[in-house]
Amino acid sequence: MTTFLLTWLILIGQVTSDTLVRAAGQPKNWLTYSGTYSGQRYSTLTQIDRANVKNLEMKWLLQNQVAGPWESSPLVVDGIMYLTQRPNDVIALDARTGRIFWIYKYTGSPEFKACCGANNRGLAILGDTLFMGTLDAHVIALDARSGRVLWNVAVAEFAHGYSITLAPLAVKDKVIIGAGGGEYGIRGFIAAYDAATGKEAWRFNTIPAPGEPGSETWSGDAWKNGGGSLWVTGTYDPALNLTYWGIGNPGPDFNAGQRPGDNLFTDSVVALDADTGKLRWHFQFTPNDRYDWDSTQVPVLVDANWNGAPAKLLMLANRNGFFYVIDRTSGKFLLGKPFVKVNWTNGLDANGRPVQTPQPPGATTWPGQQGGTSWYSPAYSPRTGLFYISTWEDVSGIFTSQPAQYQQGQYYWGGNFRATRPAPDAPVAPNIRRGPINNWTDAASHGAVVALDPATGERKWTFKMYDLTDAGILTTASDLLFTGGREGYFQALDARTGELLWKSSLGSAQILSAPITYEVEGKQYVNIICGNVMAAYALRGE
Amino acid sequence: MLILFRVFRSLRVAIPAILALAAMPLSAQDHSGQYPPADIAGGARVYAALCIGCHGPTGAGVGGIDLRQGPLPRASTDSALATLLATGIPGTGMPAFRLDATDARMLVAFIRSGFEASTTTAPAGDAAKGKVIFEGAGQCLSCHRVNASGRDVGPDLTDVGRTRPAAAIQRSLIDPTGSMQPINRPVRAVKRDGSVIAGRRLNEDTYTVQILTTEGRLVSLVKAELAQWSVATTSPMPSFKDTLKPDELIDLVAYIASLKGTRP
Repeated sequence: MTTFLLTWLILIGQVTSDTLVRAAGQPKNWLTYSGTYSGQRYSTLTQIDRANVKNLEMKWLLQNQVAGPWESSPLVVDGIMYLTQRPNDVIALDARTGRIFWIYKYTGSPEFKACCGANNRGLAILGDTLFMGTLDAHVIALDARSGRVLWNVAVAEFAHGYSITLAPLAVKDKVIIGAGGGEYGIRGFIAAYDAATGKEAWRFNTIPAPGEPGSETWSGDAWKNGGGSLWVTGTYDPALNLTYWGIGNPGPDFNAGQRPGDNLFTDSVVALDADTGKLRWHFQFTPNDRYDWDSTQVPVLVDANWNGAPAKLLMLANRNGFFYVIDRTSGKFLLGKPFVKVNWTNGLDANGRPVQTPQPPGATTWPGQQGGTSWYSPAYSPRTGLFYISTWEDVSGIFTSQPAQYQQGQYYWGGNFRATRPAPDAPVAPNIRRGPINNWTDAASHGAVVALDPATGERKWTFKMYDLTDAGILTTASDLLFTGGREGYFQALDARTGELLWKSSLGSAQILSAPITYEVEGKQYVNIICGNVMAAYALRGE
Repeated sequence: MLILFRVFRSLRVAIPAILALAAMPLSAQDHSGQYPPADIAGGARVYAALCIGCHGPTGAGVGGIDLRQGPLPRASTDSALATLLATGIPGTGMPAFRLDATDARMLVAFIRSGFEASTTTAPAGDAAKGKVIFEGAGQCLSCHRVNASGRDVGPDLTDVGRTRPAAAIQRSLIDPTGSMQPINRPVRAVKRDGSVIAGRRLNEDTYTVQILTTEGRLVSLVKAELAQWSVATTSPMPSFKDTLKPDELIDLVAYIASLKGTRP
């Protein structure tokens, strides 16, 4: 097939770049990782509402054949769902019945390095083409009708620790990805590829080389293994033509002394020109991070009043325990407020820079290594004006650092972390839950869904869970909030108050994904992945 | 002033150990190398029975305190140390011990001598003797299970030697409440009809809890259906620090730590 023909298909296929820009006006589909370019994970579908949500019933289950944490967020286009399962399979299925059209199994190198599991978080679609990053650091394009490979390009050396676990973001005629591997001393990057050919269009290195802007925040050769990974999909503002990405921790993770300086652009959000990849602005949350506090959270784009005037805002609840509001045109800091207990800083200055207060060796730091929140998708509802996050409310612990020697493809941590125990020898919550019995209890730690008022950063309500949660959040225009947790409950809350309206037990397995919603033949569905099962719900009846 | 008052209060209810120590020329013994070797060796056994679980074999197991090297601002003399042992330190993990006079003297000698000589190796207990205590005077089987024997009120100890180190077992015997793992906290539910269900949690989530009741029934409860729900933070298990002699405690720990059997 010629390049010309492929380009033509992308422009006129089922999902044009214009369709993606206008995705919010097409709520029957779920077209990007977060639903729309804004990252709000908000749907205008209202068939399921606060009054009838109690009538939701399970319509189908999809049994995954692959063990291990399943963190994918699917796409839905005109009744067809496109879903990834670990390690790098793509499934096309009927979003109404759960029945499968085709499965594509990528057979990459089994020698990949993925510190935190063989995860893949999803796909992008443009035209009739699906795009996936792989654990061995390839980007592949598939024909959405057949699962046939259209192109396959290697974008980094997996043997050096590079991998791609995030869902790509399709913008105009390009597909944008970021590289993971922050625990292996990689030098991270964000890159765009021609959607038709896979040819690299631009690359932004998240760790600047000497002489490049930001290089003054590094000393010696530390930048070469400076980390700055990407593992959660960014967002895009078509009007500003800027794409926003949250960047991961510096390497080595825990030994800040080994890399003096602020270590840009680790733990930052960057705004890049979507055509060229040129840096427009950056904002760093945790300079010279010693806690492994990736800033890979979804940068949520919100148009709302700020101090009485319409503003283009970027909101991000960071692993470091602070909620931030930033002017997304300029990168100007507008607000930063802790949403969990923090003692690593005395607060932020007028520019949002933290006044850091590292605890003495052996002393407890709040929050812990997994932070106050992490990669689990937040949500913003334009109706309630609230920002919703899944939080780890009370995890703290002791960080240790030690010199790390870089060895290609090996862990490059420079220390470690252990969580505070509620009693001597008592178990603590595992980073990823294993098994159906909770023997650490809420005395060790618990999670919550928290609704923040973006104007102040104050909590409007808290929905407390007994165990932790790594589940993402979806809200709808009927003021429903859907989320999961580590206990296998799929729950609907009143987005205005946090009141529990409905729940469904999917077994004692962990929900590590975020809900989506879509409509097929006039019926609204909500979907969630729990353990090795995807479940689809709709209202009782026909 | 407050500290002095506390010392006097503790002396008013003093145990014979303190009186015995107070009568001795303590100042002459406040230096390493001036304690009878037999006392130091005996003190090592008392230390192994009562202290090693928290303070560790080198005496530095509790953050910021080094029993071997000092300084010990709250126990700068033998008598102050003996008093501290008898009163504990309220608000901390340090419990009060009712030692007899000989054990107290020997323990003070061991600590004040800086864990002298080769006595830092914890003396090994006799598991066979410990089993007799476990099944007899200790009445452990009245709550705990080991294989087919005992009850299910407390945690099953059949393979506790696999999951908990000896030091943790010792801590549990000395300070059951401070050592209690949260999952083992006794729970109590009152249903809307007034009936009460008490027992031990096996599992819990946001909406439900699974319990083994004191009567030995498996019960799963929906929290929203309960009138009351409480989790106690005090262990129903008695401390054995004052009811067993140090040698008996060492034997009992040795026995419990030897329980590594697979469940039938």
